[in-house]
Amino acid sequence: MYSKDGENYFIVDAHVALWDARPENQLNIHGKQFIDCFYDYHRNLSPASELWPYEEYLYYGGERLMKDLFVDGYVDHAIFQPARLGAFYRNGFGQTEEAFALTRRHPDKLTYNHSWDPRYEQKGLDRLRRDAERFQLKGVKLYTAEWKGDSRGYKLDDPWTYRYLEVCQELGITNIHIHKGPTIRPLDRDAFDVADVDKAATRFPELNFVVEHCGLPRLEDFCWIATQEPNVHAGLAVAMPFIHSRPRYFAQIIGELLYWLDEDRIQFSSDYALWTPRWLVERFVDFQIPADMTEYEPITVAQKKKILGLNAAALYGIEVPAGLGVAEPAVA
Amino acid sequence: MPAAPRERSARAALDTVMDPELDEPITDLGFVRSVTVTPGGGITVRLRLPTSFCSPNFAYLMASDAKDALTALPWTRRVVVLLDDHHDSELINRGLAADAGYRGTFGAEAEKDLEALRLTFRRKAHTAAMERALTGLLRANPDLTEEDLHGVVLGDLPGTAATHALLRRRAALGLGVAPTDPALVDEDGRRFPPGEIPLRLRFARAVRVSIDGNAHFCRGLLRTRYPESAADQSPRAGEPVPAGGLLPVTVAPKETVQ
Repeated sequence: MYSKDGENYFIVDAHVALWDARPENQLNIHGKQFIDCFYDYHRNLSPASELWPYEEYLYYGGERLMKDLFVDGYVDHAIFQPARLGAFYRNGFGQTEEAFALTRRHPDKLTYNHSWDPRYEQKGLDRLRRDAERFQLKGVKLYTAEWKGDSRGYKLDDPWTYRYLEVCQELGITNIHIHKGPTIRPLDRDAFDVADVDKAATRFPELNFVVEHCGLPRLEDFCWIATQEPNVHAGLAVAMPFIHSRPRYFAQIIGELLYWLDEDRIQFSSDYALWTPRWLVERFVDFQIPADMTEYEPITVAQKKKILGLNAAALYGIEVPAGLGVAEPAVA
Repeated sequence: MPAAPRERSARAALDTVMDPELDEPITDLGFVRSVTVTPGGGITVRLRLPTSFCSPNFAYLMASDAKDALTALPWTRRVVVLLDDHHDSELINRGLAADAGYRGTFGAEAEKDLEALRLTFRRKAHTAAMERALTGLLRANPDLTEEDLHGVVLGDLPGTAATHALLRRRAALGLGVAPTDPALVDEDGRRFPPGEIPLRLRFARAVRVSIDGNAHFCRGLLRTRYPESAADQSPRAGEPVPAGGLLPVTVAPKETVQ
């Protein structure tokens, strides 16, 4: 919980990771390039006081994660959104066993989401059923730009993806997080394209589609879709840290999201360990749309409370302690 | 021609090569790492991008446009364009050397050529330029309403950089640039119905925010990855330099990935 000026904020960090990018886990040069790219994001968008040494960034372990999120970071609950990246890392990038074990020790603080890849077809589908039971899945993170053999990715409206989504619906895995942002799979099928989210969201109205990085750099396409599809949500991973280096740009993103979506479909996330949550939470609570940006309404305390935690809590059925909600329900 | 004027001529040619997504010349963005000319008219240009994982289609587009622009100069003989530190560097550099084209370079995954993608981004660039010019007009004229924009023609716009940028984007798309042409139009130059004006302006704003934001991101990442690139970047047109500056890079440069 974070308190400021007599207001209490329940914080859900909706996108965190426990990764291992150490050289011994790198399968090839791309494993190094990938973590170096993350580290450049970290260096480019963090305040100087929040910079990590490169070696610590490669692997930080569960103990540090618990401290950064829950001791220092005001977070009440965090959700793992792992990327497997099996083509780049021997034992995967996101550490399934280590993260899951941590959620077992702290079930009140952590939720484990897993991933799947429709290109494993029936075998992967059987696996998904077993994983759903073992991990008690309420959500998954899909990295549609994942490399597999000659393939540089898949789409949400591919026939096999639809079969996986059907199984998610059947098993009660209702929260589908999709990485749509700076990406690695592109060729001529534009990997930033969010049109496949539109099709899947229409086809599966009972599932929630949380578009991570809110479609950046295709914000307008994302907004257009989210306006029409009530089950499409915006995840603020990677958008959040602009609050420090480019506050006016951050104001425009939040302003557009509040205009095109609504305050109930925007979720805070630090994208830990790309960034730590402490400074992001502090700055967001202090944040206001600049007065000269008359095209946007000022952001209210109630809106901040929803974005920082109540919206994700509603999607995941996380109990919000009495007094930490807002007057009206967070999600209708 | 001696080497210095040739290098200037090469850089001027590279000024015409745009990052389609950011709507800026690769020279202003700092993507040109080096230009080397030989007395015999040989030229080697090295390009660098903000991450190893920048879209290969855009990377290929910029590198091949650079090669075309340099080849078109009267004095160049052997033109070599190399893309450094990209996950597809080897593939792209081989494809460029062989003039293999996009499909010839990427094979099975490249189903179509890049012209459709290029057109998509030209249209976005126009939409964003239109929003900048019209929002500027609204701010300068408090009595003007968004609905009034229906009647605004190009001749009503002030002679600002935003207006000139809009005219260039319209010309690139083949849209009219006469003073009597309507200013707020769709990608085919058609006016929107009056009732749709606020919505269309709003959508254009989201396009502009998206492109501007991506430009901030890519420029910052390039400077983080290649600190020396800061000296090569020109300020983004129409944007003030941010207060407080950017995070100084204090971490030792990492080993370059080749």
